[in-house]
Amino acid sequence: MNPNSNRFLSALAITAIAAVSLNSCKPKGAEAAISGDAASKVYVAPGKYDEFYDFVSGGFNGQMSVYGIPSGRLLRIIPVFSTFAENGYGFSEETKPMLNTSHGFVPWDDLHHIALSTTNGEHDGRWVFANGNNTPRIARVDLKSFRTAEIIEIPNSAGNHSSPFITENTEYTVAGTRFSIPIQGNPDVPINTYKQNFKGTISFVKVDSSTGHMNIAFQILTPGVNFDLSRAGKGKSHDWFFFSCYNSEKANTLLEVNASAKDKDFIMAVNWKKAEQYAKAGKGKMVPAEYAHNIYDEVKHQATSTIEKQVLMLDPKDCPDMIYFIPCPKSPHGTDVDPTGEYIVGSGKLAALIPVFSFTKIQQAIANKTFDGTFDGFPILKYEAVLHGEVQKPGLGPLHTEFDNNGNAYTSMFVSSEIVKWNIKDVKVLDRVPTYYSIGHLSVMGGPTRKPYGKYMIAYNKITKDRYLPTGPELAQSAQLYDISGDKMKMILDFPTVGEPHYAEAIPAEKIRNNSIKIYKIEENQNPYAAKGEAQTKVTRNGNEVHVYMTAIRSHLTPDNIEGIQQGDVVYFHVTNLEQDWDVPHGFAIKNANNAEILIMPGETQTLKYIADKVGIFPFYCTDFCSALHQEMQGYLRVSPKGSNVALMFSTGKNYPAVDTTTKTVKP
Amino acid sequence: MKKKTIWATLLIVVSTMFFVACVDKNPSQKEPLDTQALTSNQSEVHGKEILPGDIQITNPLNAQWVADGKAIYDVKCQSCHKLTDEKLVGPGWKGVTKQRKPEWIMNMITNVDMMLEKDPAAQKLLEECLVRMPNQNLTTDEARKVLEFQRSNDGEK
Repeated sequence: MNPNSNRFLSALAITAIAAVSLNSCKPKGAEAAISGDAASKVYVAPGKYDEFYDFVSGGFNGQMSVYGIPSGRLLRIIPVFSTFAENGYGFSEETKPMLNTSHGFVPWDDLHHIALSTTNGEHDGRWVFANGNNTPRIARVDLKSFRTAEIIEIPNSAGNHSSPFITENTEYTVAGTRFSIPIQGNPDVPINTYKQNFKGTISFVKVDSSTGHMNIAFQILTPGVNFDLSRAGKGKSHDWFFFSCYNSEKANTLLEVNASAKDKDFIMAVNWKKAEQYAKAGKGKMVPAEYAHNIYDEVKHQATSTIEKQVLMLDPKDCPDMIYFIPCPKSPHGTDVDPTGEYIVGSGKLAALIPVFSFTKIQQAIANKTFDGTFDGFPILKYEAVLHGEVQKPGLGPLHTEFDNNGNAYTSMFVSSEIVKWNIKDVKVLDRVPTYYSIGHLSVMGGPTRKPYGKYMIAYNKITKDRYLPTGPELAQSAQLYDISGDKMKMILDFPTVGEPHYAEAIPAEKIRNNSIKIYKIEENQNPYAAKGEAQTKVTRNGNEVHVYMTAIRSHLTPDNIEGIQQGDVVYFHVTNLEQDWDVPHGFAIKNANNAEILIMPGETQTLKYIADKVGIFPFYCTDFCSALHQEMQGYLRVSPKGSNVALMFSTGKNYPAVDTTTKTVKP
Repeated sequence: MKKKTIWATLLIVVSTMFFVACVDKNPSQKEPLDTQALTSNQSEVHGKEILPGDIQITNPLNAQWVADGKAIYDVKCQSCHKLTDEKLVGPGWKGVTKQRKPEWIMNMITNVDMMLEKDPAAQKLLEECLVRMPNQNLTTDEARKVLEFQRSNDGEK
């Protein structure tokens, strides 16, 4: 053997050892956790459909994504709080007002939580709500069109995290402020006056039961803590809403340490029915506020943004017996109500156990005044008096709890990267499965409703690392699907997700799919710039503003030759798609436009604003492959110098004689 | 490695089983939710075949239908069909009512997928025009009005 081959062998040996040790470094059981029939459980054959729609928050991408379950296939991204280059949301003139706020146009926000509308605590498939976390807002997405229909800004709030959770009949969607701030106009005060000047608010946003339109019914002034998450009661606890809060220390710096000092923080229980009565009885005060309310009209295909000027504020000092504090160890994150409405689970993210509170005992403690002091003047219920039980040694870092239809709870454990299944009645741990890695939210099908569907559970993880082929420093997020139909939870799929999912909710496909619209009826199009038929196409000028009323149909744009535009003109291309068949959108783009493109659904009108900044010929075309002659679907815009005598002219299929004096042949 | 091979084999076996199951004419009863059945139940505005004898052709023309048909034409048809015999995207309409049976015209409007699948004349037109006649979502009644307008365009009284 020559020395070289020896070296080769030892290199091989080292590689082998390295490979073995690398394997042993990985958390146990990634593959072992998969059972033999996993593939058949998640395989949705070509042409077949998934059982569930899964609405997944996009986190820092500000959007909402829709996956099919159990396949994990991405079906759609719905733009909500961020502009979306795929369909022109936030770029077209019609959709820009949707992203208007009291601070002007905000093109990008952070979307955390999902709430599917419910009737009697069960999914009704009408709307899905989402919260804008950074610039506090709530959005409503219409599940007929899968489009954002409405966005309302929340004043006197900062970091709208405890949102958009809903009451059982979607009477209200709530918004609890994460940051307490100096409210009513955000005055200029020193930060270290936190304890005097900073307050929290909880907003109850009324949802109209027929139109879905939202308005802020009232805000409740609260102590200056941080609200984290919330859930409405169910059944017997229907009238109540439970908000987890941390930083009862009221720290304004280094919260990592200073807001983690006490053994217990609180779950704030709010009797919202009582609050509603107080509001009706005139106990609140209208206070000045500034917030945007944006509505998309699907008949006009246009959004409007209105700035509201005041909000009704309830001061609990004037509203007795409305708010109680329940001690909860330690910095509670999730506060979740079981399907019966009797049990409220607090997940203290720094706690070594999971407390389960009893609604019946809470009511008894309130009636018997079994209090343990006060917090900012509000009664604190005695911990032991309202406790149903504690789940002992569940794991590390409990965050969120969801429920199945058999009396079991599932809690995500961020620090120990696992989901723990436990029985609600006897608070005993039944099973645990690993997640990859560091799970945040989890979602059981129908988990937050009165009648969970069970069957599947999804882990939405915060760390992805080596789950998929590496794609540089930036990775997709990882999610895992589990079969929970048996006693043991079984991982059956691992799929990447976009953005950074926080909460998600899934709903059986049949509750939505038959209501999904396919086209917008051209007859119903009330857009003021619509051209319903080519006979209505035209180009009009008003000063330096030019409006092009254009139509698109396979495979031409009308007009497709436009002359008489002058440098500096602001040109609005109002494109109406005359198609009336499903899945035949047309796109529109013009060379050098600095405002992206637009995509127009059948029967819809959308507008691209274009500034003619330079003289020349500017081609435009359809950007969505629509037919065999898609590549022919194009036209030209002629931009002449300012003050030119080229007449405004537009046509399709005609070649007018070149009459104007500036006509010349350009020689190469 | 060996483990992976087993997995791959298993996957192939499982997918083969699925494939076989799909070929089977009796759909599996095990499926928890037959979402496929829901698709076929979806209501469509168009799609019901119009048979000879379903439509009455009468004279004089119904003036209201002619006017309604013209209004529909302006919004939904005119982009592609001229009223002369000149072809634009689709053929011009002059003479169409002389050349085609009423039910052929109406099926072409409300039932275009069926026509392009079955009807040799429709297929020949697609070869010439290369753009599928779009489904413009007309009801049978609306298609009948368009037909009345076409008859008027062909000089019927």
